[in-house]
Amino acid sequence: MVVGMSHAATIHVGKTHAFKSIHSAIAKANAGDTILVHSGLYQEGNINIDKRLTLIGIDHPVIDGKKEYEPISIRVEGVTVKGFTIQNSGHSSMNDIAGIKIYNTNNVTITDNILDDNFFGIYAQESRNCHIENNRLRAYGKAEHFVGNGIHAWKSDSITIVGNEIMGHRDGIYLEFVTHTEVDSNLSQNNLRYGLHFMFSHDNSYLYNTFTSNGAGVAVMYTDRVRMEHNVFNENWGDSAYGLLLKDIRDSHIQHNVFAKNTTAIYMEGSNRIQMLDNRFENNGWAIKIFSSCMNNTLSRNSFIQNTFDIATNGGRMTNRFEENYWDKYEGYDLDKDGIGDVPHHPVSLFSILVERYPSMMLLFRSFMVTLFDRSEKLIPSLTPEHLKDDKPLMKSAII
Amino acid sequence: MIEIKQLSKHFGKLQVLREIDLSLEGGQCISLIGPNGSGKTTLIKSILGMVIPSSGTIHFEGKNISREWAYRNDIGYMPQIGEYPENMSIGQVLDMMKDIRKIPENLLDTELYEKFELDKMLDKRMRTLSGGTRQKVSACLAFMFSPKVLILDEPTAGLDPVATEILKDKIIDEKHKNKLIMITSHVLSDLDDLVSQIIYMQDGRVMFHKSLVELKVDTGTNKLSKAIAHIMSLKQELSKETIYE
Amino acid sequence: MSKKIIKYVITDLLRNRTVLLYTLVLLALSLGVFLMEDNIDKGIASMLNIVLFVVPLVSIVFSTIYLYNSSEFIGLLVSQPLKRQSIWLSIAVGLGVMMAFAFFVGIGVPTLIFAYSASGLMLIVAGLLLSVIFVSLAMWTAVYIRDKSKGIGLAIILWLYFALIFDAILLFLLFQFADYPIENIMVAISMLNPIDISRILVLLEIDLSAMMGYTGAIFRDFFGTGGGMFVTLGVMLLWFAVPLWLSNRYFKKKDL
Repeated sequence: MVVGMSHAATIHVGKTHAFKSIHSAIAKANAGDTILVHSGLYQEGNINIDKRLTLIGIDHPVIDGKKEYEPISIRVEGVTVKGFTIQNSGHSSMNDIAGIKIYNTNNVTITDNILDDNFFGIYAQESRNCHIENNRLRAYGKAEHFVGNGIHAWKSDSITIVGNEIMGHRDGIYLEFVTHTEVDSNLSQNNLRYGLHFMFSHDNSYLYNTFTSNGAGVAVMYTDRVRMEHNVFNENWGDSAYGLLLKDIRDSHIQHNVFAKNTTAIYMEGSNRIQMLDNRFENNGWAIKIFSSCMNNTLSRNSFIQNTFDIATNGGRMTNRFEENYWDKYEGYDLDKDGIGDVPHHPVSLFSILVERYPSMMLLFRSFMVTLFDRSEKLIPSLTPEHLKDDKPLMKSAII
Repeated sequence: MIEIKQLSKHFGKLQVLREIDLSLEGGQCISLIGPNGSGKTTLIKSILGMVIPSSGTIHFEGKNISREWAYRNDIGYMPQIGEYPENMSIGQVLDMMKDIRKIPENLLDTELYEKFELDKMLDKRMRTLSGGTRQKVSACLAFMFSPKVLILDEPTAGLDPVATEILKDKIIDEKHKNKLIMITSHVLSDLDDLVSQIIYMQDGRVMFHKSLVELKVDTGTNKLSKAIAHIMSLKQELSKETIYE
Repeated sequence: MSKKIIKYVITDLLRNRTVLLYTLVLLALSLGVFLMEDNIDKGIASMLNIVLFVVPLVSIVFSTIYLYNSSEFIGLLVSQPLKRQSIWLSIAVGLGVMMAFAFFVGIGVPTLIFAYSASGLMLIVAGLLLSVIFVSLAMWTAVYIRDKSKGIGLAIILWLYFALIFDAILLFLLFQFADYPIENIMVAISMLNPIDISRILVLLEIDLSAMMGYTGAIFRDFFGTGGGMFVTLGVMLLWFAVPLWLSNRYFKKKDL
């Protein structure tokens, strides 16, 4: 290994070069070599990288799996695949065929590739320290079971997923039993199910990502110590679509995110000790649906603007703290001019409770009758939870 | 000119006109008289198409007026109370009527317009006008288009004596042009020198239709008002008798 | 219809103090809302209440009073060489155009300036339709009922019914039949009220996100699709045409 590195060779593949196929180049290469693949169409079935090689595509050569094979499989550590167009992987319901699949290894780098119409896009299983950056993945799935996930990691650790664009897959990014991972500045859009989906994936952070118009938004479950910051969740529309669905998430941090135009921006159940700070909720149907199974969460300095409903809940005792949020529906006053309203705000309206119970009531929303109901409830609360309130509502949004 | 046959009208259970037969010709100036509620206004409105008869027919120059409207080009109507859109000026009301009638400006009869001096208040809004001025506007509109038939409902009510004289002179002029003029009026003495025929109505019936000369001979009086009074007292006794029968 | 009568009705109404006041009040309200509110949809939501409440009320009550006050004049027009139908429809058009115009100046223009958006356009369309629909209902009221105070009373009752009572009945039905799949029936019932139709159409724009939820989706599937929108606008036009047609049929035989 060490010897190979010091004598790294560069091998060219292409029509006008000694090696016509990538297969033959890999066969001749030694660990540590770089293979430069020139533009062209390479239909070589499965390319299995079993040596520590760097594969670089020049002008995006096309590796085509002819809807039959897994175009690239990586089985040793230290491999780099950069600058290819990888398309038409096989589809299978038995095993997870991917455009690029990393099998039980470490330190693999996948960058600047275009993945088009593959079953799974980039798949890492039982791998560590892999780097997946600046790839563009596109699939054309019509139904969830005909297409795999864009970037899929399973039982892995310390993966960085940065600056990728994922469209048309089942889940844009899917992580299961993946730890210490950073998901940063990705765009996950128009995927059939979730833009981001993770389970049992502790100590990960998700920063500056955009999740737009995915079938069911973003769903995260059974995970501790998550950091989700500066992400944008928008236009996740539908009855069971959520900007962000939190199920059994604990000790996590959700800060500086923007939730816009989602049917339900955040749906949380069984989630405890979450710090939800400085988020902006705008033009959502429901900003937050919080269930009584959620405890000891803190919601502070968030801005709620032009949501149809700000908070909905199934009632019960609430141990969550709402403090210093900006509510555009707040009708109180600030006589001492300290920027904090002098009377508490009750963000749950009577009508939102009725709609939870009788969904057809939505038909009457904004009718005078309903406005009258809400007004009278504000004066004499009877059905709305008395203890769910913001004692220090901000007079102005803390977020620009 | 106007043939009315078996004309009846009821408003709900109230019978307002009962089988009226009348024949009216050009050159006649007819006074339509009778007590309140006798059906005078309903008869006029039937001729004008404002009230739809329950049964019977009205022919205007030989044509049945039912569902017709063009025949009204030949009728000038001065209502009892002239109400106009309150924010329109006199000028606009006149313009609108001219628009409706489509008669060229040089053929318009502007005599009343000039004599009533309406040209000096063309910009006045209708809501600011007194009852008398409104009557002047109504009269002016009725005569302006030189119609063959003039129907005047209480024309002198509310007019000052000077205006009344102007109007009377105008009516006499039109009578000489062989026009049919129908007038309802309570103030009988005003009409003495105009009227050539009397139609007396009571309880929705035409009690009689006679020329002034005939009437005076029949009743043996020279004054119209006395003749009418005589008739009314007779008729009332008659109707009492019918009740006793 | 007669262009002349339309022209003179409009001339008369252009100088009407109530119409002027109505326009100015709407204008003041919309400027107040839009200048204080920076979120467009929130401004539209505030305007929606005015459009659903004030516009039908003023349209029906003002038109009814106007028709009663004009009854002598209408009689005079009937005595002129004009078809009754053309008189009646011309008055309807004149009134409809003026009420729609007042709405457009008072709310339409500020909305276009400050809140030009899909929801803003929908609000304007809804307001214009409500203006003419309630003029049409006023025509119907005024032609059937001879007595002015009874007629105005009926106009106010009609407004109360469409603005409040109907929704109360709907609410009652919703509670009573909450256990049944009644969404489609509810959509059908809401078609019986032009104010509700307008409200739902604007709702689908400003509360789009919430309306994408399950129940909302049913409404959206109906109102939001091309076909549903076509049906909805058709129903709104019927709400304009049917009362007017009935009133015209009656007016042709009415004794004045």
